[in-house]
Amino acid sequence: MIPAAFDYYRPDTIAGVLEILEEHGDDARVMAGGHSLIPMMKLRMADIPHLIDLQAVEELNGIDIRSGEVRLGAMTTQHDIINHAELTTACPILREASLQIADPQVRYMGTVGGNVANGDPGNDMPGLMQCLDAQFVLVGPDGERTVAARDFYEAAYMTDREDEEILTTVIVPFHGRGYAYEKQKRKIGDYATAAAAVTLTNDQGMCVAASIAMTNLSDTPIWSEEAGQALEGTGVDDDAVNAAVEAMLGDIDPQEDNRGPVAFKNHVAGIILKRAITRAWDRAEGRA
Amino acid sequence: MGKKMHITMTVNGKEEEFLAEPRELLIYTLRERLNYTGPHIGCETSHCGACTVEVNGKSVKACTMFVAQADGTDVTTIEGIGGPDALHPLQEAFREHHGLQCGYCTPGMITRARKLLEENPNPSEEEIRFGMAGNICRCTGYQNIVKSIQAAATQIEAAKEAAE
Repeated sequence: MIPAAFDYYRPDTIAGVLEILEEHGDDARVMAGGHSLIPMMKLRMADIPHLIDLQAVEELNGIDIRSGEVRLGAMTTQHDIINHAELTTACPILREASLQIADPQVRYMGTVGGNVANGDPGNDMPGLMQCLDAQFVLVGPDGERTVAARDFYEAAYMTDREDEEILTTVIVPFHGRGYAYEKQKRKIGDYATAAAAVTLTNDQGMCVAASIAMTNLSDTPIWSEEAGQALEGTGVDDDAVNAAVEAMLGDIDPQEDNRGPVAFKNHVAGIILKRAITRAWDRAEGRA
Repeated sequence: MGKKMHITMTVNGKEEEFLAEPRELLIYTLRERLNYTGPHIGCETSHCGACTVEVNGKSVKACTMFVAQADGTDVTTIEGIGGPDALHPLQEAFREHHGLQCGYCTPGMITRARKLLEENPNPSEEEIRFGMAGNICRCTGYQNIVKSIQAAATQIEAAKEAAE
C-alpha cells in the first residue's frame, strides 16, 4: 500500500505550523499520531500534498492539572492518559475510556487532539468530551478561540475548525465519582457498535446532575440533554433509567452498516446506556 | 512534490543514513532497504501487529508510520532483541512453551511482549492478554503465548534478583 507522494514538514512551533497551513491552504494537513490519517492515505482516500507532522511541537504536549479542570495538550496520547496517576484521580473517566480505544500499539501513538479534531463519528473522545462539557482551544491566523465540544461537530468529518486552524488544547472540567464509559465493539481495536459516556452527581440518594453522550450512533457524537434530565431529581430507579434510554433513542440516528441493522444498533445503544448508568450510579453511591 | 529526504535513524544500535521519499512506510524501510526482515507484513492495515517494532521506546506498528516520522528516532527490531547465538528469555520461553506454530506473528509478539514486561514485569494473565491485544495469532489460540510470556517474566525477574 503506497500512499500518494507528499512533502513532509516537521515544524517545532505552533506559529511554524500555521505558516505552512496558510501557505498551502487545503493542500496541507496536520498529523498527530497518524493512526486515522495514514490508513486513509494508504487507501488513497486522502491525498495530502503537504503533510505537517506535529510530533516536534513541544507546545502541544503536557497534562496541566489546575483547580477544577485539566488542560490536555493536543498531542497527549492515550498511553499518556492511562499512565498519569494524578490525572486519573482528577478525571478517572479519561483513563476508563482510553483503555477501550484500539490496542496498545495504537494507544502509544493516538492523541486526544487527533481523536477529537478528526470528526470521525467512530472516535470515542468526542462523545466523552461532550458528556464532560469540555472546551477545545483552536489557534489560527486570527488568534485563539475556544469552542465547546457540544458545539464542535457538524457532520461526519465536518467540524467547526477552519482549514487554517489547529486544535491545541482540550480543557476538561473535573467530574465527580459517578462516571462510566461503556463500549460495545465487535473485537479489540474496533470502533464502537455503541458507546455511552455518563456522569452523575449524587446528593443523598438523589441524582442532582446527569450528563449522557453516545458514540457512533449518528454522524456526530450525540449529547442527549433529555436523557440526562430524565435522571435528574430521581433515585435512578428502573423507571428513570428506562426514561433516559427512551430519550436517548429519540436523539440518535444510527445507520445500517457492517456493525448491524438500525434495530440492532438501537437495542445495543439501550443496553450500553443502561450498563453505563448503573455503573456510574453504583460509583456515585460508593458501591463500586 | 514528494522529493527525497535525508533520513538518519538508529536501528538496533547501528546508525543508518539514506535518502528516501517521505511516504515510504517504516516497515518497508526496515525490510527492503535495511534488510531487517524480522518484522513481518501481515495485514498492512494496522490490525495484526506482525510488523511491531520499538520506536523511541514505544511499541509501534511499522506499517502505520512513515519513514519521515521516524527520522531521528531509535528503532529496535526483533534482530536487536536476540538471535540464535543469544536468545532473549522471551525467545527461549516461546520455544520452550510452544508459543508459536507457523511463527509468522512471533517477531511482533516478542517485540511487543518485551515492552510489556518492561512496563509491567509481573503481569497477570489478564494483563498479558490486554497488553498483547494489538497482536494477532491465527495458530496458537494464544494459550501458549500467554504461558510463554509468563515463563519469560519469571525468568527475567529471577535473573534480575540473581544479579543483585
